[in-house]
Amino acid sequence: MDILRTPTDLAQRGHGGVGESASRPDGVLKVTGEFAYASDLWARDMLWGHTLRSPHAHAEIVSVDTTEALSVPGVHAVLTHADLPAATHYGLEIPDQPVLAGDVVRYHGEPVALVAADHPETARRAAARIRVEYAELPLVTDESTATAPGAPVLHPNRSDHYADRVPHPNVVHHQPVRRGDLAAAKARAEVVVTGEYELGMQDQAPLGPESGLAVPAEDGGVDLYVATQWLHVDREQLAPVLGLPRELVRLTLSGVGGAFGAREDLSMQAHACLLALRTGRPVKMVYSRDESFVGHVHRHPARLRYEHGATRDGRLVYVRGRIVLDGGAYASSSPAVVGNAASLGLGPYVCDTVDIEALALYTNNPPCGAMRGFGAVQACFAYESQMDRLAAELGMDPVSLRQLNAMSQGATMPTGQPVDAPAPVAELLRLVRDRPLPPPRQWETAVGTGTGFDLRALPGGLSNTTRGEGVVRGVGYAVGIKNVGFSEGYDDYSTARVRLEVVNGEPVVLVHTAMAEVGQGGVTVQAQIARTELGVAKVVLHPADTRVGSAGSTSASRQTYMTGGAVRNTCLLVREEVLRLGRERLGDTHPGWRGDGLWLRDGAVVTAGGEVLADLAQVLGDDVIDLEREFRHRPTEPLDPENGQGFGHVQYSFCAHRAVVEVDAELGLVKVVELAAAQDVGRAMNPQAVVGQIHGGSVQGLGLAVMEEIVVADGARVRNPSFTDYLIPTILDTPTMPVDVLELADEHAPYGLRGIGEAPTLSSTPAVVAAIRAATGLALRRVPVRPEHLTGT
Amino acid sequence: MEFLRPADWTEALAAKAAHPSAVPIAGGTDVMVEINFGLRRPDALIDLNRIVELREWEVGADTVRLGAAVPYSRIIDELPTELPGLALAAHTVGSPQIRNRGGVGGNLGAASPAGDSHPPLLAAGAEVEVASVRGTRRIPVEEFYTGVKRNALAPDELIRCVHIKRADGPQQFSKVGTRNAMVIAVCAFGLALHPATRTVGTGLGSVAPTPVRAGAAERFLEQALDEAGLWDSGGVVPPAVAGKFADLVVAAANPIDDVRGTAGYRRHALAVLARRTLDWVWDEYRGKEWGRACA
Ligand SMILES: Cc1cc2nc3c(=O)[nH]c(=O)nc-3n(C[C@H](O)[C@H](O)[C@H](O)COP(=O)(O)OP(=O)(O)OC[C@H]3O[C@@H](n4cnc5c(N)ncnc54)[C@H](O)[C@@H]3O)c2cc1C
Repeated sequence: MDILRTPTDLAQRGHGGVGESASRPDGVLKVTGEFAYASDLWARDMLWGHTLRSPHAHAEIVSVDTTEALSVPGVHAVLTHADLPAATHYGLEIPDQPVLAGDVVRYHGEPVALVAADHPETARRAAARIRVEYAELPLVTDESTATAPGAPVLHPNRSDHYADRVPHPNVVHHQPVRRGDLAAAKARAEVVVTGEYELGMQDQAPLGPESGLAVPAEDGGVDLYVATQWLHVDREQLAPVLGLPRELVRLTLSGVGGAFGAREDLSMQAHACLLALRTGRPVKMVYSRDESFVGHVHRHPARLRYEHGATRDGRLVYVRGRIVLDGGAYASSSPAVVGNAASLGLGPYVCDTVDIEALALYTNNPPCGAMRGFGAVQACFAYESQMDRLAAELGMDPVSLRQLNAMSQGATMPTGQPVDAPAPVAELLRLVRDRPLPPPRQWETAVGTGTGFDLRALPGGLSNTTRGEGVVRGVGYAVGIKNVGFSEGYDDYSTARVRLEVVNGEPVVLVHTAMAEVGQGGVTVQAQIARTELGVAKVVLHPADTRVGSAGSTSASRQTYMTGGAVRNTCLLVREEVLRLGRERLGDTHPGWRGDGLWLRDGAVVTAGGEVLADLAQVLGDDVIDLEREFRHRPTEPLDPENGQGFGHVQYSFCAHRAVVEVDAELGLVKVVELAAAQDVGRAMNPQAVVGQIHGGSVQGLGLAVMEEIVVADGARVRNPSFTDYLIPTILDTPTMPVDVLELADEHAPYGLRGIGEAPTLSSTPAVVAAIRAATGLALRRVPVRPEHLTGT
Repeated sequence: MEFLRPADWTEALAAKAAHPSAVPIAGGTDVMVEINFGLRRPDALIDLNRIVELREWEVGADTVRLGAAVPYSRIIDELPTELPGLALAAHTVGSPQIRNRGGVGGNLGAASPAGDSHPPLLAAGAEVEVASVRGTRRIPVEEFYTGVKRNALAPDELIRCVHIKRADGPQQFSKVGTRNAMVIAVCAFGLALHPATRTVGTGLGSVAPTPVRAGAAERFLEQALDEAGLWDSGGVVPPAVAGKFADLVVAAANPIDDVRGTAGYRRHALAVLARRTLDWVWDEYRGKEWGRACA
């Protein structure tokens, strides 16, 4: 079977150990357009799969007739629910999602049938000829319609482990976090502020659409090449659906064009495999852009109500919060999102009395699940908005109020968990506050269009809406807290295989993990770690696949910690083996072999003092050291279902932002002028990549603040499934982003590092909104902030 | 799908006559998007890219003859003095890639109410030259737009060029979008002063089923400027006049609520754009003494 554009080894002979800004092994390929993304996959004789999706958000499927579609020349298979060979449902945690809808569709865009044809256009046309008769059902779209008396129950007969503790069957999961004596605290509070907040539905908007190629194998199994975030959890869900033992379902990671959580759930994986097994031919599926917007989960839209009580001098006395997340039609990762929102709902502050509850609803809106920041984003927008309101109420400086209440190492979380690593929250705020402000009216000073002002520096940009009329500046601050790694007792681990051998006199390390490189730069860091720990210049990264143990998910800011930790761990074992062999073979040649602290450098074994004992070639000869080992972070505990107490999280990550905005108050247009960030990263494994992550997260948060929203309307349908109307920031919307990086080691983590990918996404949004509030004096309780909100129209 | 590649204009007209349902493709920045989204599956495309004259322009005494496929980037670089309003509008179109491909002929062909060429064409005054094997006709641009994404072309006709009045005074174009680049207009406004004839031109985008002029606003402003002798004095336009002008511009609009914005916001923003652009063109008129009689 010829398969083209599948992943190959990424080899790099080079420099750059831990702590250096080594360049990406896939960087040149990506900028020159040679990198093979999953949408570039190709196999001889392959067919193209297409998905028929529901036009309704809630409807009974009365009948499905595939006759006409099957008669289209070039069509090789049409599959419906009735054709599913084994398990009919799947899910990351709760298998509530049909592979193809059976009796009922629960959201707009839900897959109903599949076609495989010899041309994508033929598949599309044939799908249009599948006759599906629907009978529309009443919609559940928010908390009131979900829990009203007589509301349609979207998932009757639930058997998941949250089912018997939720207040209503349309609630996926409900998590209270309670600590302290609320009545007593309320009596002590001298100032109380309450607020209600709302976040629209953000999309991860990865540039690469969902795509993959399923190839049926002679042994009855299937090989799937796919862009995903976690190969092994895809396989766990696929095997039962395909009715195959796990070993016969083999996955290889293809080039991933961004993920941000959108690839945690299955999309086309099961569909392509089912079609391939049915037709005996390779089947490729690539979503179009509009399909992508309904083909993956989104960030949970949320409504939040907060009440902050404080003393006159600004100390938090109690915080109450209620966080309602819209999970949409299926569970996806809603339970974990709820856990995060509840446990992190206070923010990076100290307060002894906390009463926060978070819940996720089942509705007929598009399913929501993982997206960068995962529950912490929604909470951060609300609690930071509240801190500003409290500061205003107290007449205090908003940064000082935050610093006064900031947590630090030794603090206790509302879950009772001690914060046992550095938590430099006040310092991060100081760093962003102490930066000089960008000069005012930059459009007049910048070299621009020859007209005496630079439109690009003005709200509206090139659209030429103002020369300074109506423009007011505002400055806002925010800080956030995010957990790193999988929480609440999850057995979270990663696996690394490391092979060391000498080829033509040169030592070569092969690193093989199942880590999904989704753009975060994990491959760069893996090579850096191997170079540092094994002292070898040439490192080859094996494509990620299921022939090696699970790496866990590329999410929760965890891969540098977890798979980085696994690579380090296995490298150290390989090094021990090298030293053992060296002592055995060459121990008599030099007394240094008996010393402690031997290590590897520049392809040789050296003493603690740096004296060379032997080349790796001398030690290894033709032998190969090849080890595969698992690595775990410290265990966590589930949160108590009643009060949310428990050692729930592995590690915390903190970032603070200061936003400076220019608002055209008359037109309601916003230009973010500067977005400064400060973040503690524990250890900057690759400083350039660290800053890249902070920039990227900051801009994604900016997008949520001022433009990014999936509009769900007209019968719970997605109204803007394209980049024409789902707007993400362009380079002209992207401000200057100075970054301060702190490196305060977390002794529990490899190299003392902290997961960094998500924290900057949290505080960016409320900082930008705070700046817009400061500029306009408006309350602004909802994001994204629209021109209508700023102009009262 | 058939792909027809006429070598010149005559062949193109013949091809269109032979295949009236064939879709012309110039820059393709609308056509390819529609094909990609499955909105349109034409059985034939007529590629206009081999026809050199469509990418040429010529400046005459009073008008500029702009070939249908001159890309926006060249309008910006080559015609900023003759067609300042259109050049400003061209600058707001998409991204550099789109501006290198797309042009006014395609914008007119698509006839979207949000097309950015329309307000400056309406404000400056323009005629669309269209042709078929049957002959050539010139359509005043305000008669060219016949409905949402519909235009006055007969099935066998192609757009050859646009005859646009050369600027005889200041022109402006402003567009509101919810991002600072690469955005479709929530509303747009074009304004041109014609000191020679003491007239004013307007063009409104994204606020009605088709691009429209605000005739009453134009006449009001012409009259107000005349009565106060402002064309000659170069005096300041009184705020009440600017306000009334903006109100009349809004009165010409008939916007809707959609995912890009509410009707209420569109009206509000349009008024702001009308006031601001009037300020700018008038400032420029006063500063540059555009053909002012008693300078
Ligand atoms: C990313 C992106 C951003 C965009 N941003 C903007 C924007 O900001 N503002 C804006 O106004 N537009 C925008 N557009 C739309 C598009 O770029 C413009 O409408 C452009 O003017 C189209 O020109 P074209 O040559 O590419 O047209 P094509 O796509 O080739 O054609 C467009 C239509 O005109 C017809 N046509 C083309 N030439 C002729 C002819 N000579 N005779 C008869 N019919 C003809 C075609 O059949 C088709 O119906 C954007 C498009 C994209 C993809």
